[in-house]
Amino acid sequence: MMAKSGSAANAPETRLEARKTYKLFIGGKFPRSESGRSYVISDRSGRFLANVAQGSRKDARDAVVAARAAFPNWSGATAYNRGQVLYRVAEVMEGRRAQFVDEVSALEGIGRKEAERAVGAAVDRWIWYAGWSDKIAQIVGGANPVAGPYFNLSVPEPTGVVAVLAPQDSALLGLVSVIAPVIVTGNSAIVIASEERPLPAITLSEALATSDVPSGVVNVLTGRTAEIAEHLATHEDVNGLDLTGAPGDLVTSLAAAAAGTLKRLWAPSPGAPTPDWLSVPGIGRMTAFLETKTVWHPKGQ
Amino acid sequence: MTVVDPRPAGERPTAATLTLARRVINSARLDDAALRGFLHGLPGVDEVGAKARAAGLATRSIKTSSKALALDLAISMVDLTTLEGADTEGKVRALCAKALQPEHANTDCPRVAAVCVYNDLVPVALHALRGSDVKVAAVATAFPSGRASRAVKLTDTAEAIRAGAHEIDMVIDRGAFLAGRYLQVFEEIAAVAEACRADGARAHLKVILETGELVTLDNVRRASFLAMLAGADFVKTSTGKVPVAATLPVTLVMLEAVRDWHRQTGIRIGVKPAGGIRSAKDALKYLVTVAETAGPEWLTPDRFRFGASTLLNDLLMQRRKLAMGHYAGPDYVTID
Repeated sequence: MMAKSGSAANAPETRLEARKTYKLFIGGKFPRSESGRSYVISDRSGRFLANVAQGSRKDARDAVVAARAAFPNWSGATAYNRGQVLYRVAEVMEGRRAQFVDEVSALEGIGRKEAERAVGAAVDRWIWYAGWSDKIAQIVGGANPVAGPYFNLSVPEPTGVVAVLAPQDSALLGLVSVIAPVIVTGNSAIVIASEERPLPAITLSEALATSDVPSGVVNVLTGRTAEIAEHLATHEDVNGLDLTGAPGDLVTSLAAAAAGTLKRLWAPSPGAPTPDWLSVPGIGRMTAFLETKTVWHPKGQ
Repeated sequence: MTVVDPRPAGERPTAATLTLARRVINSARLDDAALRGFLHGLPGVDEVGAKARAAGLATRSIKTSSKALALDLAISMVDLTTLEGADTEGKVRALCAKALQPEHANTDCPRVAAVCVYNDLVPVALHALRGSDVKVAAVATAFPSGRASRAVKLTDTAEAIRAGAHEIDMVIDRGAFLAGRYLQVFEEIAAVAEACRADGARAHLKVILETGELVTLDNVRRASFLAMLAGADFVKTSTGKVPVAATLPVTLVMLEAVRDWHRQTGIRIGVKPAGGIRSAKDALKYLVTVAETAGPEWLTPDRFRFGASTLLNDLLMQRRKLAMGHYAGPDYVTID
């Protein structure tokens, strides 16, 4: 017989821990890795935090299909609309502040104060990029002065599907600083989260899934960066590659693979110091994945 | 006493077809009652079993060199199809160019089996494909609904034959079939088969059952036998114009029907699933089903075809992937 509820109420409250096993984020869904693998994430002192999916080559392939499918509508949306959608993501992130702070603090081994500062900066960074959606065209495009009876206009257009290797150190602020500039201009993204610090990326996936970002615009893979990155770098249907979080010894070979299929590339220069993610980023990460279309139009006499 | 058939020769089934049909259904008379007796006497299809069998066959894993061979075989079985109201001569010429050399700048990729068009575009396709062994297939008999008089259907067929089509894809009258007027369907198929051989032509006849409208797998089996009785060279699943097109269980049932027909008559009839097969992965599942059901004798473009348009690009991308070792993208194949 079960104990009576009266006696249970008097006992000290103990709960079984609900240990988490997270999944990937592909095409707006949360599938398990096709490989069935997962690995353990621990905090800096070695305490168990969660199991996460260990993405494989085929998961990367599925993510590319999802990102490609999402690209026409996302890149075709008005810049104003994209800005609104991204601002909404920042709102949802704000609602999950406490969870982000816990994760960042545990994974990066920093105090709560510092973690709170990083999370606040991440939300602000997202809003900062959202604001750029309908302004970047004026900065990098516009009317060109030409000697002839023509209007000559340059317009920036998104490159396409961009694979992003998120920074290994800064689990949330660094992550936001590489995703937001890629998608704000209309690209769709496949993100390989930090290998040992992926939890904020998973929580961000949950925020994206419950905001207005269309399915497939951002796809998040967790797992071994070196294993997955190779297949994205050589994939013909990926148009851009951001190597920010690439293991140092792989940057050259991944860049060579990207060149083999004519990808736009953002790679850290050799020996460069770790970026200071708190400083204002500039527009370099946005323009890295933009193509310039120039149109000539007769002016009439 | 001999009753003289009053219809003109072209509309009458040939003596050989009738003799074979009488022998198979084991009846001296060929009428609705005799056909119903035969078709409804066929062993029933276990629907749940057929689906489970198809699902089981679909789990087979094919790797490396076998996969490379299977992809090339699948490419050589494609009936590259365009059946849109908006088809132009230019589009058909582009399709034919792709049929002749599917992979850009690579001549060791096999050619497809045929190009399938409406019959007014047959001359364009024939001209574009001249000198090659790629066939031209025309859809006829008031495709896709089949709702026209027999005279119109036969004229439609005759025009395609006169234009030089090598293969005719006809639709059956699903209304008549579902209403149980089997003799009408039989005679119509036999008459079209006869038209395919008019004036010395040797066009192959594919009979489209439109399985998405036949409701049950029992009906699919019956319609397959009816088409084979009437002289079809191929049985084909669908027009691609109704929501439910080719599925693996339906194709499995048709493959069982042609296998049983071969055991009974010694004649090998082809099978063509059409519509809805878009990925190379799906195509390989069909090839496994063919080999395991009808047998390896059917693994040739003469006995198995895929009616498809987008499938070819995925087959080509998988072929590229095997050749280069990394994933291929649609930017590297032609859009048709």
